[in-house]
This record gives sequence, structure tokens and C-alpha cells, in this order.
Amino acid sequence: MVTKLITLGVIVLGVIALAQLMRIYELTSKLRKTGEHEISNRDNKINAKLWVAFMVFLYAGFFWLMLEYGWTGRGDAASVHGANLDWLLNLNFVIIIAVFFLTNTLLFMFSYKYVKEPGVKAFYYPHNNKLEMLWTVVPACVLAVIIILGLQSWTDATGKSKPEAIRVELFSKQFDWTARYSGEDNTLGRHDYKLTNDENNPLGLLTAETIKSAIENMEASMDAIESELNNDSIMMVPKDRASKETDLSRKSRLIRLLHQMEGRHDAKNDNQVYDDVIQTDTLYLCKGKEYEFNFRSKDVIHSAYFPHFRAQINTVPGMVTRFKFIPSKTTAEMRVERMQEDFNFILMCNKICGGAHYKMKMMVVVMEEEDYNNWWDAKKKMTFRSTFFASDDSETASGEESMTSTDSNALVDSTATAMN
Amino acid sequence: MAAVSHEAHGHNDHGHHHEESFVSKYIFSHDHKMIGKQFLITAVFMGVVAMLLSILFRIQLAWPGESSDFLSFFLGEQWAPEGVLSEDMYLGLVTIHGTIMVFFLLTGGLSGTFSNILIPLQLGARDMASGFLNMLSYWFFALSSLLMFSSLFIESGPAMAGWTIYPPLSALPQAISGSGLGMTLWLFSMVIFIAGSLIGSLNYIVTVLNLRTKGMTMTRMPLTVWAFFVTAILGVLSFPVLLSGSLLLVMDRLAGTSFYLSDIIVGGEMLTNTGGSPILFQHLFWFLGHPEVYIVLLPALGLSSEIISTNSRKPIFGYRAMIGSILAIGFLSFIVWGHHMFVTGMNPFLGSVFVFTTLLIAIPSAVKVFNYITTLWRGSIVFTPAMLFAIGLVSTFITGGVTGIILADSALDITTHDTYFVVAHFHIVMGMSAVLGMFAGVYHWFPKMYGRMMNTRLGFVHFWITLIGAYGVFFPMHFVGLAGAPRRYYDYSVYANFDGDSYAMIMDLNVIVTMFAIFAALGQLLFLFNFFYSIYRGPRSVQNPWKSNTLEWTTPVEHIHGNWPGELPTVHRWPYDYSKPGAEDDFIPQNVPLADGEEEH
Repeated sequence: MVTKLITLGVIVLGVIALAQLMRIYELTSKLRKTGEHEISNRDNKINAKLWVAFMVFLYAGFFWLMLEYGWTGRGDAASVHGANLDWLLNLNFVIIIAVFFLTNTLLFMFSYKYVKEPGVKAFYYPHNNKLEMLWTVVPACVLAVIIILGLQSWTDATGKSKPEAIRVELFSKQFDWTARYSGEDNTLGRHDYKLTNDENNPLGLLTAETIKSAIENMEASMDAIESELNNDSIMMVPKDRASKETDLSRKSRLIRLLHQMEGRHDAKNDNQVYDDVIQTDTLYLCKGKEYEFNFRSKDVIHSAYFPHFRAQINTVPGMVTRFKFIPSKTTAEMRVERMQEDFNFILMCNKICGGAHYKMKMMVVVMEEEDYNNWWDAKKKMTFRSTFFASDDSETASGEESMTSTDSNALVDSTATAMN
Repeated sequence: MAAVSHEAHGHNDHGHHHEESFVSKYIFSHDHKMIGKQFLITAVFMGVVAMLLSILFRIQLAWPGESSDFLSFFLGEQWAPEGVLSEDMYLGLVTIHGTIMVFFLLTGGLSGTFSNILIPLQLGARDMASGFLNMLSYWFFALSSLLMFSSLFIESGPAMAGWTIYPPLSALPQAISGSGLGMTLWLFSMVIFIAGSLIGSLNYIVTVLNLRTKGMTMTRMPLTVWAFFVTAILGVLSFPVLLSGSLLLVMDRLAGTSFYLSDIIVGGEMLTNTGGSPILFQHLFWFLGHPEVYIVLLPALGLSSEIISTNSRKPIFGYRAMIGSILAIGFLSFIVWGHHMFVTGMNPFLGSVFVFTTLLIAIPSAVKVFNYITTLWRGSIVFTPAMLFAIGLVSTFITGGVTGIILADSALDITTHDTYFVVAHFHIVMGMSAVLGMFAGVYHWFPKMYGRMMNTRLGFVHFWITLIGAYGVFFPMHFVGLAGAPRRYYDYSVYANFDGDSYAMIMDLNVIVTMFAIFAALGQLLFLFNFFYSIYRGPRSVQNPWKSNTLEWTTPVEHIHGNWPGELPTVHRWPYDYSKPGAEDDFIPQNVPLADGEEEH
């Protein structure tokens, strides 16, 4: 409130001051009887000096921002390739900050120095091939270095991961993330969006049983719509009726596709799906292990953005995108480094995806191998098989749910104490 | 044909050969000077709207969740319940702000205004090649502006998918309310806008190629006209791609096709669309989107070349290199669009190719900057308001340009993509440079447009407020971005959950940014006052107020049909003979024949 009052005060005073200045100016220019196009020597000189003043303001602002905020931000990278990217970023910054100062200083100082002096004529200097060659070739050489280094890092960062990399899928929807670990066989099972069911198969995983369940569900919902449409005792607005009919026709198309899928399905690989482990809320990673992430989206484009691991890739409905990285610092280490007890790694959404876009996040916890193994030994029992077939038994399901969400902050805390 | 018929009675007396009605003079005018002014006034209106929108969402970003009378005054109970901006409307404001600024102010406004006014006047033509098409291009622009503006007032809100309108978000009303009628209006508005822009661009190209006066060879054209010419070519080649991309999106929305949609479940509804690719849209969008950056920027650079040369009283340094770099930038702008898509899931190898082509653009850009600086060197600089703005443009072009090197580097883009670093970069290099260029153009050619002068002192104050305000807004944003803050976030409260230090820093900087934004926005009131006051009450202009060489200053101050009474001027020299040794004055207009023994540049 105070800030606003101050703002308001500044605004009002500013407007009044300018109005007064304008009036004074109009009166004086009437007295001077000079045209608006003739810029007086005095005005010229004032503007020339203002360029220097502005330069000082700009550079002071730059240094202030650098000292105050320049080296905080995300902190040092917490992944192996991220450290390399940070080095490259700093190198680029050295180059561009040098160019920024050099060219801006020349621009402002020339503006100051070569302001019109009565009687001095400008120097007729239309071109100089040597000079122009110089500032074509020098930037080209610098850019060649930047390009070569950049492409090396890019190829490293986006290249294939090792076969033993841990495979994890991140599934995005409005407005949360779900992780799927590939389980014992380190292979992510297949999926199809038509099998998605919030009750027992939120990620649309593909097995003979999930197809069957999806068909049953679809049939049930079609029956419900049909009976509603055929029920004479229900009065329905034509618009509602039309929308229900569209819904029904869409569902009949989908069920035809599901039946085809059922016919073609080979249950041989179903185990790849059944040993997968679904994890919500928090993503647990192991320090020093390579991760191969696959990304999917249920509805619109999202972007999986791990600021601290220097990793980002969009999640696109209808296709799978991928990224790999090796976490190089545990959450506990990062807390010490950043001197913040409640620091956490995070996965954010970085592509506009709807009203609550800004809230779409998933906590990420990186642990030492030992802690990670402890966590995983407990977690790996909660396979997709156990949740899918137990979903009728709601008690068991909710029991497991509470176990998953026993916040492994306890684990992190224990590592933190171990370190101290 | 129009030009020919003007020529025919150009030799008769001029005072009364057109008894024009109000409608044919001010509304459905065929005269390029009037059409240019129509573009300008429309763009000023749209610019004010877009600026106001930005202030509204900046208030939310600086003081999230605090009730503001200002917000509830403009947005009412629906979009700002109890004075707090709604999440959806935040995205709506961001989207429409971007769209209006990029397309309506800086494409329609900048290139529409100055191409119209300057191409015929600087080439020595009676009018555009087709006055009727020219009029049509303005009215398409006006209609599309109206549609875009009206979309702010509908019940389900304006388009909310960002100015890049990536599907599926923009295709599915279930995903966000703005993707209903708001998006439909956005698409129709843009389709009309593109049609108008194409008609205009074709007209500019034909005029430049065919209607140059005697002696006006291509290499004697002012750099402004070169810039408009290349801009028009870019527009003609790239806008149709956006049009087709938009039409496919319209089909996905209305006709049930699956160009961009595949395997989607939204709002609990399982869609049957399959096989489409959202990435296809991004390719189509950015195939326009990147040349668009130069459609916005080149006219501003052209205007500033002219203004810097005139007011340094020196020839522009490296005229041919300047033309070369305009052409190089124009060409390269078509093969760099993929740098907007490094992290979209596009093949990384394709990304590498785009890194290479994108960084090449830095070379002609560097040439331009050094040439501007050398033009100032040992000049005799007169700081008209236009000159100040033009130098400001060079500064923002540098400051915003260098960060482009980081964003063009795909490896570094991984971490900076879609953060405030990007917002800072493009607002400085494209937004500020083009806006400063546009102001420079308005101050410089105002006497030509209205026959009156704007107040210079107010111009000075306006300039310094704008420059300080703009840097104050966009410079700190780099640091917000390097802290990792994503753009298009309604607030940064998510940071409170995982990194309190960064959160405090982002909030600090957001307040600074918003303060400067309000300061800069208030500064624009000076301009609006000066502009409209001077149209009616400004002191009369002399014929050539800035002692400039180009042909527009050889026309009478009072506008006449056909621009020149009597014969068209003949051109004998390039436009930059300022302070030529041996000449009496420090400028020699283009229509002055070479003196005995004088060598042409």
C-alpha cells in the first residue's frame, strides 16, 4: 500500500512538473522566435552530455545488477553436462559483455565528442574497404569459435545415452507431472492414449488386460449415454442431446479402434509394462547415475524444465521426446552449497499450457546411491501390476498411496545429518 | 495507371483539380500520404492499447495477489475479481499485448506508415503503383485491428495461448477459455491482416521497381527505401506461410481435421484426432515468425540510417555494405527459423544447422553497427529528437543483439529457452529498437506528414524518459531469466517451495521492472500530447527543416496530389552528399546536378 501511495505521489508530481515546464517553454520560444527545426547550440551540448550521463547510468546499473544478482540465480549446475554448459555460457558472456561495452562506449562517446561545433565541418568519409573488411572478418572468426564450441556441447547433451542408463518416463498433463520408472527390466512398457483411465490406468499403458478394461469402460459409458438418449422420461434440451450424440459417435469410433487393438495385441511384452513403477509428487534420482528420460503429454504442449540440471525439452501430445542427464549433486549437497535448508530441485512447466501453468511442478530429490537404493527397494514393489489389479480393492490402493507419499524428505534429512 | 493520370494533369494548375469530399480525402483516400497517416494513427491507438495491457500484467507480476483499483477499473469483476487479475486473463493480456505490438504496431504501423509516405516521395513518384490497392491494404489493416481489439471485450476472453498460438492449446476450448471465440477472432483478424499486408507489400515492391524517377538508379536509392523494399519482399514470401498455418488451425478447430492434433485427452474428453503434429505448426509459424523479426527491424534500421547520416552531416559510412547487409539479413532470415525450436523435440541435428545459419546473421548485423558508429565519428552532430532516437536504436540493437548470440547457441538455449532472458533479448533488440526507430521516423518526418513541427524540447524529455525507462524495464529481466524464471508465469510463488533466495531476487527485480514500466508508459503521454497538439497547433514547417538531401524535401510543404507541381525531379547523385569537400553548403540534394569537375560518389 505504501509503495502504491509513493508511486501515485511520484506520478502526480511528475505530471504537474512537466505541465509547468511545457508552459514555460512555450512562453520562452515565443520570445526567442526561432524555428523548431533549429536546434540551439545549448540544447545540442546538453544532449551530448546527457549521453555520457546515460552511459554512466547504464553501466552503473549493469554493475549493480551483476554484484547484487549476477552470480546467484540458479546456482551452479547440478548435472555433469550442465557444468560444461555453464562454462560455455560464461565464455559467451565474457565475449558479449566485452562487445557490449566496446560498441556502446564508442557510440555514446562519439555522440558526445562529435556534437556540432559552430564553424567545424564534418569529415567527408563515405567508405573504407579495409575497415569494413576488418569488422566483417573479426566477428566471423569469433563466431566460428562460438559455433564450434556450442555444437560440441549440443551434440554431447543431446546424444544417445548409454544402454545401462536408467529409463524414466515423465508424463505431463494440465497441471501436474507423473513419473514412471521402468522397473526391474529397465524397459518402459508400451502405451496408447486410448487406454487412459483415471481410475486404474492414468498413463494409458498397454497390456491385454488394460485393453479389456478400457473396452469395458467404454461400453459402460456408451450404454449410459444410449439409455439416457432413449429414455423418454428425461427432457433434454436439443443442444444437450446433440452433444451427447456427438459424444456417442466419437466413442463408437474409439471402441472400434480398441477392438482392433485387442485383435492385434501380442501379450508377450506385457511384463515390460507390469513391472513399471508409477510415482507422483516427487521424482527421486540417484547421484552419478545416467538417466534417459522420455516425455509424453496427455493434452497440450508442456515443457519439462529442470533449471538446476540445465535440461529442458517440450512434451508434445502424439509423440515421445527424450533427454538425458547425470545428476552430479545430491539435494543435501545443494542445500549446503546454496546455504538454504529448504532448497529443493524442481521440475517446472515452461510452455504456456493453461490458466494454472505457473503452478505445474514436481519436486525432484537427488540422493546418494545407498539412500536411493533403500528408497527403490521399497518402491519397486509398487509395480503397475500391483496397482492395476488391486484397484478394485480400494483399501489396499489407498494404503499404497499413503506409503508413496511418505515424504522421502526424511531420507534427504538423514543424508544431510550424515554429511554433517 | 494512377500515377500516369496524375502526371497528365500534373502540368495543369493544381489548386483545384480535385474538389474532394471529406470521405474521399480522409477516409477512402487513394493518396499515399494520407494512407500513411491513417496507418500511423491506427498504429498509435493500437500501441497505446498494447502498452496499457502490459502495465496491467506488470502490476500483477510486481505485486501478485494485491488488490489494485487500477486493475478492477479496467478489467471489472469478471477478469479482476476484487482487483486481483485472474489467471486466465493474465495470459490473455500477455497474448494480445504481444500480438498487437508485433503485428499491429511494428509491422502494420511501422512499415505501413513509412513505406507509404516515403517510398513515392523518396523515389520521385507521383503516388504508389496502385492507389486503390493501397487504400484496400489500409482498410484490411483497420478491420483486422478492430477485430483484434474487440476480442478483448468478449465473455470468454481474448486468445490466451501466447502470441505464438501453439496448438493444441490454441485449438482446444476445453484447455483454456480464450481458445473459444477469442481464438476464432484472433485467427480471423490475422487472416485479414495478412491479406492487407500482402497487398501493401506487393504495391511497395512494384513501386520501387517501376516508379523511380529519372536518374534514380537502385544504387542511388536512400537506405530507407532499400529497407522497405527488402521488408516487403520478406513479407510477401513469409506471410502466406503463416496464413496457411492459420488456416490449417482454423480447420482443426472448426472442421475436425487433425493437422496439429494427435492422441489428446482434454477436460476428461478423449479426442479421436490422430496423426497430426503440433511441431508442424511451429515450423509454419516460425517460417513467418523469424523473417517477421526483420520485417519489424529493417524499416527501423532504414529510417535510422537516413536520420543518422543527415544529422551527423556526414555520408552514411559504407553505403554499399549497408545495402549488402540488408540483403544478407533478409536472405538469412529465411533459414534460421528453427532456432525458436531447439527444445521442441525437433531432431537435434537439424538444430545444429540452425545454430550455424543463425549465428551468421550476427555478421551483417555487426557490419551495420560499426558503420553507424563510424558515421558518427568526426561528424557534426545535431541532436534533433529524431537523432536521439536513432542513436538510442543503435544502442538497443547492440545490447539486445549480443544476447542473441547466447540464444542462438542451441546448447545454451537449453537453459535459457522460454525464460525471461528471452523476453529481455527480444524486447530490447526487436521491440525497443523498432519502437525507437518508429519514434525517430515520426519526429523526423512529422513536418513532411503534417506541414508542422513537433515541439523539440518535449521530444528530448520524451526520448530520455523512453530510453531510461526501456532499459530499466528490460535490462533487469536478463537477471530474472538467468535465475531461471520462466516467462508467462502468473506469479513466481512456486519458487517459495524450493528456492527462497531466488524467489526474493525475482520479486525484487519484478518490482523494479514494473516501476520503470510505469515511468516509461507515463513518458509516452508526453509524446501523445506533443503529437496530437502539433498536428493542429504546431508551428509551420519550412520546406527542408533538417537540411536533408532526399527528394521528399523538394516537395512543397502543403500536400498536393502527385507530390510535385510540374515535372518530377531528376536525380543526379546519391543521397548522402553531406559535407562534401568543395561544396558550399554541407548538403547537396539529390536533384542538384554535378558541378564541373565534381566526381560522383
